[in-house]
Amino acid sequence: MDYEVVVGLEVHTELKTATKIFCGCSTKFGAAQNTNVCPVCLGLPGVLPVLNARVVEFAVRTGLALNCRILPFSKFDRKNYYYPDLPKNFQTSQYDLPIAVDGHLDIAVGGQTRRIGITRVHMEEDAGKLVHAGSITKSEYALVDYNRTGVPLLEIVSEPDIRSAEEAKAYLEKLKAILQYIDVSDCKMEEGSLRCDANISLRPKGETKLGTKAEIKNLNSFKAVQKGLEYETARQADVLGEGGRVIQETRTWDDACGVTVSLRSKEEAHDYRYFPEPDLVPIVVDPAWVEDIRRHLPELPDARQGRLMKDYGLSAYEAGVITAGRAMAEYFDATVAAGADAKAAANWLMGELSRQLNAAGKELEDCPVAPGQLAGLIGLQAQGTVSGKLAKTVFEAMWASGKDAAAIVKEQGLVQISDAGAIEAVVDKVIAANPQSVDDFKAGKERAIGFLVGQVMKETKGRANPELVNKLLRERM
Amino acid sequence: MKITRKDVEHVALLSRLELGESDVAKFTGQLNAILDYIDVLSKVDTAGVEPTAHVLPLKNVMRADEPRPSLPRELALANAPEQEDGYFKVPRILEG
Amino acid sequence: MELNKLTAHELHGRLTAKEVSAAEITAAVFARIDAVEDKVRAYITQTRDQALAQARAVDDKIKRGEAVAPLAGIPGALKDNMCVKGVRTTCASQILANFVPPYDAAVVEKLAAQNAVVVGKANLDEFAMGSSCENSSFFATRNPWDTAAVPGGSSGGSAAAVAAAEAVWALGSDTGGSIRQPAAYCGVVGLKPTYGRVSRYGLVAYASSLDQIGPITRDVADCALVLGAIAGHDGRDSTSVDAPVPDYAKALIPDVKGLKIGLPKEYFVAGMDPAVEKAVYAAIDQLKALGAEYKEVAMPHTEYALAAYYLVATAEASSNLARYDGVGFGHRGEGNDIIAMYKRSRTEGFGEEVRRRIMLGTYALSSGYYDAYYLKALKVRTLIKQDFDKAFGEVDVLVAPIAPTTAFKVGEKMDDPLAMYLQDVCTVPINLAGLPAISLPCGFAAGLPIGLQIIGRPLGEETILRAAYAFEQANDYHRRLAPLGEV
Repeated sequence: MDYEVVVGLEVHTELKTATKIFCGCSTKFGAAQNTNVCPVCLGLPGVLPVLNARVVEFAVRTGLALNCRILPFSKFDRKNYYYPDLPKNFQTSQYDLPIAVDGHLDIAVGGQTRRIGITRVHMEEDAGKLVHAGSITKSEYALVDYNRTGVPLLEIVSEPDIRSAEEAKAYLEKLKAILQYIDVSDCKMEEGSLRCDANISLRPKGETKLGTKAEIKNLNSFKAVQKGLEYETARQADVLGEGGRVIQETRTWDDACGVTVSLRSKEEAHDYRYFPEPDLVPIVVDPAWVEDIRRHLPELPDARQGRLMKDYGLSAYEAGVITAGRAMAEYFDATVAAGADAKAAANWLMGELSRQLNAAGKELEDCPVAPGQLAGLIGLQAQGTVSGKLAKTVFEAMWASGKDAAAIVKEQGLVQISDAGAIEAVVDKVIAANPQSVDDFKAGKERAIGFLVGQVMKETKGRANPELVNKLLRERM
Repeated sequence: MKITRKDVEHVALLSRLELGESDVAKFTGQLNAILDYIDVLSKVDTAGVEPTAHVLPLKNVMRADEPRPSLPRELALANAPEQEDGYFKVPRILEG
Repeated sequence: MELNKLTAHELHGRLTAKEVSAAEITAAVFARIDAVEDKVRAYITQTRDQALAQARAVDDKIKRGEAVAPLAGIPGALKDNMCVKGVRTTCASQILANFVPPYDAAVVEKLAAQNAVVVGKANLDEFAMGSSCENSSFFATRNPWDTAAVPGGSSGGSAAAVAAAEAVWALGSDTGGSIRQPAAYCGVVGLKPTYGRVSRYGLVAYASSLDQIGPITRDVADCALVLGAIAGHDGRDSTSVDAPVPDYAKALIPDVKGLKIGLPKEYFVAGMDPAVEKAVYAAIDQLKALGAEYKEVAMPHTEYALAAYYLVATAEASSNLARYDGVGFGHRGEGNDIIAMYKRSRTEGFGEEVRRRIMLGTYALSSGYYDAYYLKALKVRTLIKQDFDKAFGEVDVLVAPIAPTTAFKVGEKMDDPLAMYLQDVCTVPINLAGLPAISLPCGFAAGLPIGLQIIGRPLGEETILRAAYAFEQANDYHRRLAPLGEV
């Protein structure tokens, strides 16, 4: 039977505040274990939470960027369950009155745009980290680090509008871009500041009723989202295909083995017993403040993509790639602002620059070539001062040294020779040295000229203007 | 009976408490007596009444996003029943 | 008269007149503890060395001619559910038997700022859950007026310490009557402030939306003095009220002319000891004679308060007490896996009453019962608050009994949780409404003190202090000492 996949994603993103959501401990990643902790985030007897105002601001900003309605009255609730990464054995979260509801974002997959509903955005505290000796199933004990406990999180819950693993990935990429654009999260999946759980069910094509879902946890990279959902789709299809029933359960994605594994032990009872957090008072947002935040929202990915297409004639694909991350979009704008041709800037960004970053394992933020420097190189290329081929050489030198293109071109004598007089002698020499090719050309073998151009370029160490060489060869043969 | 032995066992699990046979019987009896008393609430008409979770009309109590000193790790771990390498140590998470 | 039997305001006068030293006062208190503590058993932990150091620091200040605060050098006790950095804080529970907080409660900081002397941590019903102090996992405290009787609870150790002159003042916490009822049983003054008036930071939570710290003292003047020392806004408690703290001593006017007092008949419940009822009515007559205006007010939802209270309080408690799991602090039981360890730790660490309340609260919040129990209780809470709002439209204070009886015998109600809960029937409505209320002695029955309750508007502490002071000054109950006092 043909099945339709129905997916809803729950994304947790850590907010880039200086301090935790309910205490003044630092949120800095990578500190030595149990050093960013205090009585409040350790949940010691007698402590009380006090809400970090910046968290509310970031949550409202996120809600607005995701086209949500900001609820005028919002509150915190306790979600009660026992787990050793949760010092109080309840998570302070939001239940029936989250900060933002009813939003959406648009994704483009296979040339089609689809709108994915956002059910809600709510604030909550992160849990600590468990270190298992070996794997979770075999370890005799676990070690707990509470540094991450109380780091502010937003949980962003989508509607079950996603229909494939590919769409799930696109949704997550778009969400990440938006969160980065509005500067509320680093969204570093490798550091756990963006995490994804998925609710997935299958139903026969054409059926409108939802099937039984499984919740897949630990989909913590774009690849894991895609692979995990593909695996789970196949697993559920197998179960249904054999006439079985999907069990409503929580499963975890085991990245190393490439499978999802059932998580809940037999003793686990499911009842979070939410109730209003008595130690925190309600949040009543001032509509004027919300409007102020709305007014100050930066240009978001979709708008930016549109602008790049309209203003610079970039294709949807090019503009999409460039605006997928805030850093690249900023780099692009800065390069163009420094005078570079937009199309050329796009080509450099998507080509050579990305290649070098990948090879070096660097983020754009750490790129040794500044936008103004790239614009300088593009300018030299446009003027004909350096050839396209040499421009790559120049770029590599810029990457290595951090120097400007003009300085490198000058130092290494890489200026393109566009003076016919200077090239004629070489052209004549090459014609004299390759009579066979000259004869071939004269006999109508157009291809032979390519070889001759190459010989001239070799003699001039790549500096001769190729168009001019071509022209001179034809004239003098 | 408001609360059955099975309910009591379930609630004990949710509460992470062990109950022996006699405890289950005792708690079932006592909780039923208390819940019978609490049943007086069913006489109150609360239609249209808003719940009071906070007795004070406070709202928007927040602090600035400014760091405060954390505890030295020795002090953070001082009350830990078991610790190792600066971590809190606990028995394995899943039952074998 | 021994120094430990004087009040704080009397001692402050003698200290500043340099008639006595703080070290002498503190020594007198410890001498008294040595003499009677084996009969009363008010203290879980005594902090002798720190107390004497604090006292000597005050003496040095006075010697240098510096001004000292009203509580400076005056020895008092803290209920052992308030965190003191470096001092074992147990909540009278095995689960916290060895817990040493790395921080001070807000009230402890405030007392330190006054240079008050803390002599020890007083006994309580485990996690403040109880009305007799018999639920302490260490030992039961006895009533100084009759050591066969309970001191009340949960702040039984604090009230007994003050009544037995083992402390000049004490702090208790009141979630459903836990300051006022033991104060009444022990014949001393206890005040539960308006919710939010005193910071809860560092008070080990029982029921967060109801808990409030307050003073237990030998007279109303001391009550005003201790309240003034601990009240005030605290940025670490989101439910703390940001309102200026008045000079409560200025409220101590022995005059109630024109004060409108209301009597809610509903507080005279079935089964009330006639002696208690008589004493409360006599007190009202006396207040009338002193010039107060009197009227009866209707508080129709009073009879539902106890049920609502036991749902709200236990629901919050079930969550507040989830953190005692053997992971980060407190008792850990044996267990091969985490769930087994949790269960063993909690079952070994919590006493029966605590387990019962956790179970009740968990049930009230659990799926399928939330609306019928917890949510219903929150709605009834609204109605109870509205009763008070309406009453305070007509009167300035309400006068009522504290408890249906005087102190009962040790062991009398231990096998009947519901009978024990019914002790709180006159005090819990005040917590549900977040109001201030004071308890002070208004008579005796069979040698045991009877408590009068005066309830005020939100932040109306000055008014109830004034009414209490006027009543107290017209009588001499506050000068009577428990028989132990004459040992």
